[in-house]
Amino acid sequence: MLKINKLNKKFKDFNIRNLSLDITKGDYFVILGKSGAGKSLVLEMIAGLVQPDSGAIFLDDIDLTKKKIQDRKVGLVFQDFAIFPHLTVRNNIAYSLKAKHESKQIISEKVLRFAKESNVEHLLNRYPSKLSGGEKQRVALARTLANNPDCLLLDEPLSSLDIQLKEELRELLRAINKRGITIIHVTHDYEEAIALANNVAVMHNGEIVQSGEIHEVFQNPKNEFVARFTGVKNFFEAEIINRNQAKLNNKVTFQIPVQTKPIEKAKILIESKHIIISPNKIESSATNSFQGKITKVIEIPFGFELIVDIGIPLAVLITKESKEKYNFKARENAWVSFKASEVKIIL
Amino acid sequence: MKRISFSKLIFIFLGGVILLFIIAPLISMTMATSSTSLFETATDKEVLNSIWLTLRVAFLTTLFFALGSIPLAYVFARYNFPLKKLFTGLIDLPIVIPHSAAGIAVLGFISRDSTIGGIASTFGLDFVGHPIGIGLAMAYVSVPFLINAARDGFEAVPERLEKAALNLSASSARVFFTISLPLASRSIISGLIMMFARGMSEFGAVIIVAYHPMITPVLIFERFGSFGLKYARPVSVIFIAVCLVFFIGLRLIIKNKHDAKD
Repeated sequence: MLKINKLNKKFKDFNIRNLSLDITKGDYFVILGKSGAGKSLVLEMIAGLVQPDSGAIFLDDIDLTKKKIQDRKVGLVFQDFAIFPHLTVRNNIAYSLKAKHESKQIISEKVLRFAKESNVEHLLNRYPSKLSGGEKQRVALARTLANNPDCLLLDEPLSSLDIQLKEELRELLRAINKRGITIIHVTHDYEEAIALANNVAVMHNGEIVQSGEIHEVFQNPKNEFVARFTGVKNFFEAEIINRNQAKLNNKVTFQIPVQTKPIEKAKILIESKHIIISPNKIESSATNSFQGKITKVIEIPFGFELIVDIGIPLAVLITKESKEKYNFKARENAWVSFKASEVKIIL
Repeated sequence: MKRISFSKLIFIFLGGVILLFIIAPLISMTMATSSTSLFETATDKEVLNSIWLTLRVAFLTTLFFALGSIPLAYVFARYNFPLKKLFTGLIDLPIVIPHSAAGIAVLGFISRDSTIGGIASTFGLDFVGHPIGIGLAMAYVSVPFLINAARDGFEAVPERLEKAALNLSASSARVFFTISLPLASRSIISGLIMMFARGMSEFGAVIIVAYHPMITPVLIFERFGSFGLKYARPVSVIFIAVCLVFFIGLRLIIKNKHDAKD
């Protein structure tokens, strides 16, 4: 378990203030925040690259705060990968093993194992200048994993990758996490949090604004900043039952964009602003149309948010004028509809 | 046909004049030297001994001073400390002062009247008129080239790479030798070459510290003073040829190295 206790760090124009976090062993924890929120700095303090002014960091009850960088058992994957340009992929992955004076045979075995896991075994003799962004990211991961960290720190690991590579790397990160390695992943992208996190913390101006289980944070934002930043409430685990249909909670079936490759499970996401609510069923090109009961009407700065139970709770945004015009109230029935193309599949 | 603009022509002309200014005296000197005199000089034991002495002393001095200069350059590149700018400026001092004055300064430092020279003389070692004295005079005027080049090289190595290496369980020493040093190596080797070349060609500082044993620049001066241009010229041509071989050879070595500037 990683425990961060009241961490403070002062810079000229930026402060980390009283930052505390509890991350359970084996968790996939995402720290969400805009650029400049201080996310990367938190990782660098955990890794020991930056010393906090006060506060403490414990990993499995061992105080890391004053420990040397080399003795912390945390592996940091930098946003820009920090691959050593003068070493081949093989020597990059072997770097920590050589530093620990492992035997040649063990180095060779481990390099191959971690290269295979990260799918870079065909690149072992290449120099980093000949690698793509995705390949560099995988090499950085393999190199860090070869050092056998108890906790993996990922600084915006997917930000420079295209969609296809993002999906592949997410799969790899899930597999690494399944092996029992605690992962702390910082990002500005809420979709990454939805795709990977068990727990999240939202960070703003050097402070943790809200943290907890991902659904809890996204569906019950503590304040307007979190609500605006997390931005989306309608995301669900879904079973992809065929190329263009997904089943949610074993209850509701959504029409989804046609999938070109076979998928069994995925997270699906529909932004509230793309859902139309009406008192009666309306004829339209939207292939998803459900009757449900309005369970909550919440006033928000730019209108109202209605939660409609269609077997799953669906958040819908409407303006004040629409609410007055159609007189939507809690406990009344309504119809919601949205296009299949607005359903986003996150792998 | 592609037209060349007027301004480009002016640039080519002015650049050409400067290039000619550098090359023409060398070509004219070589042309004015007969092959017979070149052959005679090339087999002259005094000339060969002096070239060998110059190369050996310049090379060993460069290696010896690299041991301290490279760590110093790393400190300048990585750490902030009080009066850092003043110290950085001091490094360049030997380049801007007259080399004869530099020789006087070195002589005062190593002569038997000085503390260091006095201690050495109790062990029977007199730096003045000794290859060590020559090396110290060469180093005084040439070591800034190494320190500055190495500092630039280390500054070009991203600190994140060093931090990543520390995070991968490497000790600070290992990080220096496996990351910082190799990535700055091209600049460092460049600095070593510059220091070696500058030391090898030093005259002003060396002649004050040690007229004998005679390094080649002093020998050229001596032959010119005693026998005239005709006798000084073949030694100069041979020594320039030796310098060029070393300079080009060493430059070729660093051509294909990976470093932080790749």
